[in-house]
Amino acid sequence: MKIGVITFPGTLDDVDAQRAVRVGGNEAVALWHGDHDLQGVDAVILPGGFSYGDYLRCGAISRFAPIMTEVIEGAQKGLPVLGICNGFQMLVESHLLPGGLLRNDHLKFICRDQKLRIENNSTAWTSAFAKDQEIVVPLKNGEGQYVADADTIKRLEDEGRVVARYLDVNPNGSVNDIAGITNEAGNVVGLMPHPEHAVETLTGSGTDGLGFFTLPLAIASQFASASA
Amino acid sequence: MPRVVVDVMPKPEILDPQGKAVLGALPRLGFTGVTEVRQGKRFELEIPEVTDDALAQIEKLAETFLANTVIENYVVRVEETAK
Repeated sequence: MKIGVITFPGTLDDVDAQRAVRVGGNEAVALWHGDHDLQGVDAVILPGGFSYGDYLRCGAISRFAPIMTEVIEGAQKGLPVLGICNGFQMLVESHLLPGGLLRNDHLKFICRDQKLRIENNSTAWTSAFAKDQEIVVPLKNGEGQYVADADTIKRLEDEGRVVARYLDVNPNGSVNDIAGITNEAGNVVGLMPHPEHAVETLTGSGTDGLGFFTLPLAIASQFASASA
Repeated sequence: MPRVVVDVMPKPEILDPQGKAVLGALPRLGFTGVTEVRQGKRFELEIPEVTDDALAQIEKLAETFLANTVIENYVVRVEETAK
């Protein structure tokens, strides 16, 4: 299936994400922030980086990029959307996901191989994982502290919408060690760590991240039609 | 030309790591007696004249763009400046 990867001014990880999509057996389609066109893709990835220099707030300016009109509209109709790092920040700024991402509690940029537990494998992006599977993928961020009010956190926990949780250490002060969450429908996933950097043995921490990029068309269509 | 100021601050219940770092530096610099620092942003917007419509627009852009109301509060106020 076709997975679009959107490049914004200041995006860093678009090429890695495209490569991960191809390694995962899917077709990568490069999409441009300034277009109003998703080119008929079956799913979309908002990759990591420092779009617009992180000015104003991370993801706040990208959230109003022309193509985000189509992304938000598509997401509301069940289009699978994965936001990684800066992409996760865009998803919370778009209110497609609840909560916010703040400066790491210790104020330092962090770059490490991070152990995670995939707690929800029924989202559009995590069907390749076993429930509670533990994986290690790179984490690199300065503003990765996930926060939300107590009611929102309770709802996320009660509804099983915490997709990934940090294990061993909480690297940034995120509430309840939350590393990634999903929307109610399960088609939109935001993740602070970077699975696209862990898809080949030659580089990175291993291939634990590959499962995010192997999603079959059948799963994507299932989410799209469930919300239609 | 009138100036409209938008102040954006992290919500009181949200941890402000930058304010905390500034607070932590104060004793090292010899400043004592400060018990709390919160760091926010100030935006200065110049407009040709203050009208209800212009203020309504600024209110909207503050709410949707300058502040993220999930984690921040904002205040809009008009400040007349010398010509």
